[in-house]
Amino acid sequence: MTGDYIVTYRADVTDEDHVFKALADPTRRFLLDLLFQRDGRTLKELESGLAMTRFGVMKHLKVLEDAGLVVTRRSGREKLHFLNPVPIRLIHDRWIDKYREREVSALVALKTKLEERE
Amino acid sequence: MTLMTDKAATTQVYRVFIKASPQVIWDAITKPEWSDRYAYGGRVEYDLRTGGRYCHKASAEMKSMGLPDEIIIGEVIESDPPHKLVQTWHPVWDPDSAAEAHTRLTYEIKENQGGICTVTIIHDVAGAPIVAGMVSGQGDPAQGGGGWPWVLSDLKTLLETGQRMAA
Repeated sequence: MTGDYIVTYRADVTDEDHVFKALADPTRRFLLDLLFQRDGRTLKELESGLAMTRFGVMKHLKVLEDAGLVVTRRSGREKLHFLNPVPIRLIHDRWIDKYREREVSALVALKTKLEERE
Repeated sequence: MTLMTDKAATTQVYRVFIKASPQVIWDAITKPEWSDRYAYGGRVEYDLRTGGRYCHKASAEMKSMGLPDEIIIGEVIESDPPHKLVQTWHPVWDPDSAAEAHTRLTYEIKENQGGICTVTIIHDVAGAPIVAGMVSGQGDPAQGGGGWPWVLSDLKTLLETGQRMAA
């Protein structure tokens, strides 16, 4: 029944590329940190924390938005920026957990081996 | 202006792209046979009319840990299947969060080209700082701290692959 919705992960590879690229820049990580401290900020608030032109900040926000790390919503006349942690969660689940599991099982094996020798 | 900014600061927004139809995603959110299959499990009950009752029932595992039968309660504010659901959301399993204000939860499902939907959760947690921390997903998912990021991540995995993600 859910078999109809099986997809190859080709499409998501590009999603992940966007996220990794977006996170590779210190200014963009700083912008995410600002939103982590307090969410739902305007462009004006975000640019006041950076020694950068409005255009530069907008460019960085666009990269973050394309990667899904920032979601914007209109509230009256203002456009508010929200941090979206879901893409980071997805990368964590697909990549980090996988490798951590192996590391943990390697440590468990090592422990067993060492204890056997005692 | 100040009021708006305050409101923004108590609003959390989560978004994920899922390759599934809006109806399937809607069902996964509102039907008990689906809700039991991802994230923390447990069956939801929705009366999808304005003012209708919502509750999320504890799974067998949660009950064995001593949680009550109903762990989250709420009321449907707006239901526009399969695109928009607005409801109140009030976790009552823990006395601290139960004492806080009822929060407002919005699900938006938008269909894009190529059969991919944008699923957005907007959670207004004004007056509920404990709930805000609970749903933000900064804890360990295995200890119940996965929040919306983990719920959406697991929902995506289930709908796209038919399988569960490891907790």
